[in-house]
Amino acid sequence: MATTEPIIEQEEIQNQGDAWSGGKEPFKASYGKLMMWYFLLSDAFTFAGFLIAYGALRFSSPTWPVPDFVFQTHPFGDSHLPLIFVTIMSFLLIVSSVTMVRAVQEGHRENQKGVVFWMLMTIIGGAGFLSCQAWEWTNLIATEHMTVTTNPFGSHVTDGVYIDDEHGHPYASGEEAETFEAGDSYLIHKGVDEHTGESSWIQRRFSFTTEDGQEMIGQQQFGPKAFGALFFFITGFHGFHVFSGVVFLTIICVNVASGLYVKRKNGYEMVEKIGLYWHFVDLVWVFVFLVFYLL
Amino acid sequence: MGHLSYEDSKKRVRYGLYLLAIVTLVEVFISLFGKGHIIPGMHSISFVVYAAGFIIIVLSLYKAYFIIYEFMHMKYEVKSLAMSVLLPTTLLIWAIIAFLQEGGSWEARRAQIRDKHAIPAQQIQDAGHDEGHGMINPIEEDDVYVPELES
Repeated sequence: MATTEPIIEQEEIQNQGDAWSGGKEPFKASYGKLMMWYFLLSDAFTFAGFLIAYGALRFSSPTWPVPDFVFQTHPFGDSHLPLIFVTIMSFLLIVSSVTMVRAVQEGHRENQKGVVFWMLMTIIGGAGFLSCQAWEWTNLIATEHMTVTTNPFGSHVTDGVYIDDEHGHPYASGEEAETFEAGDSYLIHKGVDEHTGESSWIQRRFSFTTEDGQEMIGQQQFGPKAFGALFFFITGFHGFHVFSGVVFLTIICVNVASGLYVKRKNGYEMVEKIGLYWHFVDLVWVFVFLVFYLL
Repeated sequence: MGHLSYEDSKKRVRYGLYLLAIVTLVEVFISLFGKGHIIPGMHSISFVVYAAGFIIIVLSLYKAYFIIYEFMHMKYEVKSLAMSVLLPTTLLIWAIIAFLQEGGSWEARRAQIRDKHAIPAQQIQDAGHDEGHGMINPIEEDDVYVPELES
């Protein structure tokens, strides 16, 4: 008996034209769920490629803009709160991930109303995240003038003190001198020229002391070009995933509400599949958050 | 699913929410600590910077594990499915090591080229015994000063 069993099993598999149409599912998972997993695996490699490129380019640059300096603006006022806004964005995504888990659970109970409610919560969370990202991008592009090829966020390589462009000496007249340390980041602003009316970059000058004690004058330099390109491509690619996720969540939510999945009687498997995708978006954000904002 | 009762799995979800939120907060706190925002001057101690980075990476990996195993129910899939998805990602370990090493090497090479650009022609002639390697001997640091980085 024990020796014949495997042969019978093998024959069964050969006779099944489609392995998923038989009684047993490979990996005990439906075709759709399994393929979603493999899609996510391939997507993970794409994101990993982007983030590793970020790491390599960051390592290849003598200076790199400090993330807690670049990401310190927020829409709630003029004060600088490093990383706080992006932390709020992370929370939004985490919460929407949790509501998605609830939607899947209600799906297993065939509770149509529950699925619709929790999916709506998820959609709101995703839309909130996208809105925050839109604000972040707008701020970087319109206010701070960062583009794919221009990075106004530079870093000092020496200690020094800013000097007054008119008089050529540190701001000593009554005010405290504005000093900085090596590694400090700065943002080169744009200003409108009084005479020509054209807007141009204001690269402030500073004095610093060389290693052999010489006093020298330096000027703010632009930061590594790759920073802008990497930021917009990586967060943009992730944002695009969130956007597609919101679109698909909406479609599936409408389908749930219309009762389409009730007939299938498979515990709202479609909700489970979009749930997998949605958690993956959250998962990727964990690493984008780590690489771009925390390190 | 089906391993926990409905009430238990609801509790589990709430636990997941708190866990991820708290771990994220801790990460932000450690990141700001390592950057010297909480105690000034911490960012100039390289041990603190590396330790903070290491802790943040470990916490992020834990978050990833939790999302995959709890939220995506990998825990309840058969092991071979889990392995067929998770094992290929181990290829990334080498990709990370190799490309970061490569990035560091680019930086060293760029610095070398920048230093050579800063050498005045006269000094190249003086120090010009390149011993047939097509390379100029490194000169003393005091001879030349590179004032600022070229963009």
